[in-house]
Amino acid sequence: MSAAGDVEAAAVQAISGDEDVVRVRQLVRTAAVAAKLSLVDQTKLVTAASELARNTLVYGGGGKAEVSHLDNGARRGIRIVFSDSGPGIPDVELALTDGYTSGGGLGLGLSGARRLVDEFELETAVGVGTTVSVTKWAR
Amino acid sequence: MALNAEQSERLNVLLTDRAEEISARWAEVAAAPLRGRLTVAEAARQTLDLQRQLQATLRAGATDVASDRSAELRAVLSEFSRGRARQGFTATETATTVLALKTAIYDVAGVEKGDEATLRDYVAWTSFIDELSLFTFESYTKARERIITEQNEQLLELSTPVVKLWEGVVSVPLVGTLDSARAQVVMERLLQALIDTGSPWAIIDITGVPAVDTQVAQHVLKTVMAARLMGAECIVSGIRPQIAQTIVALGIEFGDIVTKASLADALRHAIKMSGSELARSQRRAA
Repeated sequence: MSAAGDVEAAAVQAISGDEDVVRVRQLVRTAAVAAKLSLVDQTKLVTAASELARNTLVYGGGGKAEVSHLDNGARRGIRIVFSDSGPGIPDVELALTDGYTSGGGLGLGLSGARRLVDEFELETAVGVGTTVSVTKWAR
Repeated sequence: MALNAEQSERLNVLLTDRAEEISARWAEVAAAPLRGRLTVAEAARQTLDLQRQLQATLRAGATDVASDRSAELRAVLSEFSRGRARQGFTATETATTVLALKTAIYDVAGVEKGDEATLRDYVAWTSFIDELSLFTFESYTKARERIITEQNEQLLELSTPVVKLWEGVVSVPLVGTLDSARAQVVMERLLQALIDTGSPWAIIDITGVPAVDTQVAQHVLKTVMAARLMGAECIVSGIRPQIAQTIVALGIEFGDIVTKASLADALRHAIKMSGSELARSQRRAA
């Protein structure tokens, strides 16, 4: 048994094209099944990963996703960290507003992804890049 | 490295004078690593083709693979690589067949016991054959890429059939990943099917789509809008419980678009709606 808060080695998937978004989804689905997330939680996490991976690709100009298994002793979970070294987000509040998009999407990707997961952290600096970390715990 | 004119000429003479010995040895060496998948006779036919074209090219005075005089030789090599790629041979196996000519020449020309001049010729010839084999390798890769592109296109067609479910009801079952390219194909097919069948109802079934994210939703919404512009009404079916919860959490709104859990529900709805319209118009007519 792993100790509380133990993080196992992360699986890394580079994101540089549309097909990588599909690979991230598959990777996350496999991890979610292994962590025994319910079907609803699996679907939510996979969908959130899909949104964030596409953001990394479209707005961040590509980057990578790291998927790791968490175990805090009581519950198991999945953490995915998306990072890019793109232009960054100048106004995080605005970017997290429903319906706001700087591209041509529905403007729900980032805000929607936040609602699909249990923990959501966003670090960004203009000109440096963006890192989004999401966690979903098994119920 | 290109051959000089004399080297090219001497290779041509060797290939012509000892043609049968070389072709026999070439086929033998080429077939050896492919045993069980390619008979010696088949290998012999392929190497003979290559040998004849090589002779013709050398006779025409070609000294390297890239020149205009070698155009036909390149065509024959490409054709050979394409054939091998389609038969499922690896790039190495394909290039090795060409490289086997080196062994054949080595054995037939007696290079081992030859003088210094023979040795020098042999070195020049082998680097020429290396060029041929590199060209084969490249053609092979191109052929494989083309096969992959073709398969992608076939898959695109396969995965987006538009079926007529009922009089006036067409359906497109979506399976797998709905990226922009596929979404475009789906929309085109569906709109064309609406025209071709004169259907007022279209059902977009997303049972086979594992994750409905905002991109998928946006594609579906656009398709529905386009169909509406043409006077057809769309039903989105295959909304499973986990998909419904995800859509709600994401905040996607389907507005006044009719959505159903199963394709059967969607079909029933379409028939009921068109049936009631029919009944109403009949009543009016009566």
